[in-house]
Amino acid sequence: MSLPAYASTGQRVWYYSFRVICGLIFAFLIIPILVIIPLSFNATDFFTFTPEMLRLDPEGYSLKHYEDFFTDDGWQAALRNSFIIAPIATILAVVFGTLAAIGLSQSHVPFRRAIMAILISPMIVPLIISATGMFFFYSAMGNFLEDTFGLSQDFVGYIKIILAHAALGIPFVIITVTATLVGFDHSLTRAAANMGANPVTTFFKVQMPLILPGVISGGLFAFITSFDEVVVVIFIGSASQQTLPWQMFTGLREQISPTILAVATILVVISILLLTTVELLRRRSERLRGMSPG
Amino acid sequence: MTDCAVAHMNERDKRGRYLSDMTANDGFVTFDRVQKSYDGENLVVKDLNLSIGKGEFLTMLGPSGSGKTTCLMMLAGFESATHGEIKLDGVSINNIPPHKRGIGMVFQNYALFPHMTVAENLAFPLEVRKMGKDEREAKVKRALDMVQMGAFGGRRPAQLSGGQQQRIALARALVFDAELVLMDEPLGALDKQLREHMQFEIKHLHEQLGITVVYVTHDQGEALTMSDRVAVFNDGRIQQLAPPEDLYERPENSFVAQFIGENNTLGGRIEKIEGDVAEVRLHSGELISAFPVNVTQPGEETTISIRPERVEIDHTRLPADAHLIDAEVLEWIYMGDIFRTRLRVAGNDQFVIKSRNSGDQRKLKPGEKIKIGWAPMDARALDAS
Repeated sequence: MSLPAYASTGQRVWYYSFRVICGLIFAFLIIPILVIIPLSFNATDFFTFTPEMLRLDPEGYSLKHYEDFFTDDGWQAALRNSFIIAPIATILAVVFGTLAAIGLSQSHVPFRRAIMAILISPMIVPLIISATGMFFFYSAMGNFLEDTFGLSQDFVGYIKIILAHAALGIPFVIITVTATLVGFDHSLTRAAANMGANPVTTFFKVQMPLILPGVISGGLFAFITSFDEVVVVIFIGSASQQTLPWQMFTGLREQISPTILAVATILVVISILLLTTVELLRRRSERLRGMSPG
Repeated sequence: MTDCAVAHMNERDKRGRYLSDMTANDGFVTFDRVQKSYDGENLVVKDLNLSIGKGEFLTMLGPSGSGKTTCLMMLAGFESATHGEIKLDGVSINNIPPHKRGIGMVFQNYALFPHMTVAENLAFPLEVRKMGKDEREAKVKRALDMVQMGAFGGRRPAQLSGGQQQRIALARALVFDAELVLMDEPLGALDKQLREHMQFEIKHLHEQLGITVVYVTHDQGEALTMSDRVAVFNDGRIQQLAPPEDLYERPENSFVAQFIGENNTLGGRIEKIEGDVAEVRLHSGELISAFPVNVTQPGEETTISIRPERVEIDHTRLPADAHLIDAEVLEWIYMGDIFRTRLRVAGNDQFVIKSRNSGDQRKLKPGEKIKIGWAPMDARALDAS
């Protein structure tokens, strides 16, 4: 979009100020994230750019915070917890979210909009409110599980957080899968049935491959939601379920160690990788949809 | 394909043609007093009785909303009949789910799986039948060759043109040797030339394979070209069920006469009926003779239906007893193979005649007064609706 020769002064002014505004928005969004990356290579134990770093002296940089992260037991336990809780919560969210989206996409289901609104509410209700509700709900459920089935407190703790995180992730899956289903041609399932495929085969061979991009992007959002989540974990988890965000939160409060910055940098890298995957999947989905006849 | 299977197919072929020649039916597919309502109040299909013979090519023809597609969907199992029974080969299929009916179908938008190649699309019905890989590949190849698409097995549907996708959809409906194949306006999305070409191809495939075909369309030309019998649907009922020739030459009511082909109508009242001839007084005063179809009483209101190509300007070609009637030329159009003349006849200024471009025809000028006539047998006195 270049400026045409007949542009008036007002249009010229707007043309350049539009660019400046966009640049500012971009800077405000990105700089707070970028600034932690060089800081995480800080050779000192403080949150500041030292004179050595500003001179780009190799002496001012080190990997010691990363080393700290990978050797410290507390951080490693948190990392392990995060990698236990997030994937299981994601799988649950994907399974239930996909089923809900498929069910709600069928026109004969009564009260579809109301049900949809309820299922999506965890995304809209302020997290602190959901967390408060979850605290009471899951402590009652935890007590029940411990008393009735004699499960260990530790195990029940994981179940509680996984279920809570799955509930937070389901709305993302529902939204992405519903969006994919809008373009889904239902005569394909009829065609499959007509050719002798039972509903289960039809689902896995025909419907699933076509809505897979939506399912995977929903899954990624659900994963990030669980992986980044701190409020609910603090409310309903116990010390043995400490996750990475929780550890970072307490780290910030109790000991301001640049290890947090190293962890943050690692998380930023993971997020970028995941978002790239989402984008690639979206392109694949667009290609497939452009390919569908009619 | 084994020799045995070939022999089996040939036998079916003969039997199919034999039966369709006789337009007899042993009731391979029967609808017995079938009704369908979506909302519990309005019947979309009202009391349908239809028996389709093995090897027959039956077309359900009708305007949109006439219930023809609903009938096809009930046969495929995607809709259930509100009342009545549908039988396939003597067995009631009301309670059999679509995937156990073993009926092939070509969908209006083809419904090819976009994430599979053409060969995978065709192999799908064979895979769900747990067929071995070698047999599967042989059948897919044979089906693709049948529709002249043998070289396209590795492509995806989106890389094919509309006509090619249509062929693949056809091959996919035939690949698993279904004895009954349903087609839901399969040629609707193609351009005219391709559509006409595919009509003949489908017709030939039907003759070769001896399968039973139930074809739904709103295009009467398609129905007349392809079918053994045509069921004309309107308002949830079959208006007439007859071979194409009967349908065009001998429509049984004014809906069928209007719907099939071009048709001139004149309103009048029956004066008297004597055997095969009815004297009709037109509303404009002229007296003509016509063939009574579904009128019985003198004094009854009637609509006379005359095909444009049966009206004669050349009086020497008319039988002696033909009435002549005054006409004024309003428009004369040269259409290449025929001339189309619009006349005002008995107050109707949409009266059209078609005359063959035979070399000795003269050009009629607007405003010219002529006399036209027709054989009494070609003027059909139908209900007045």
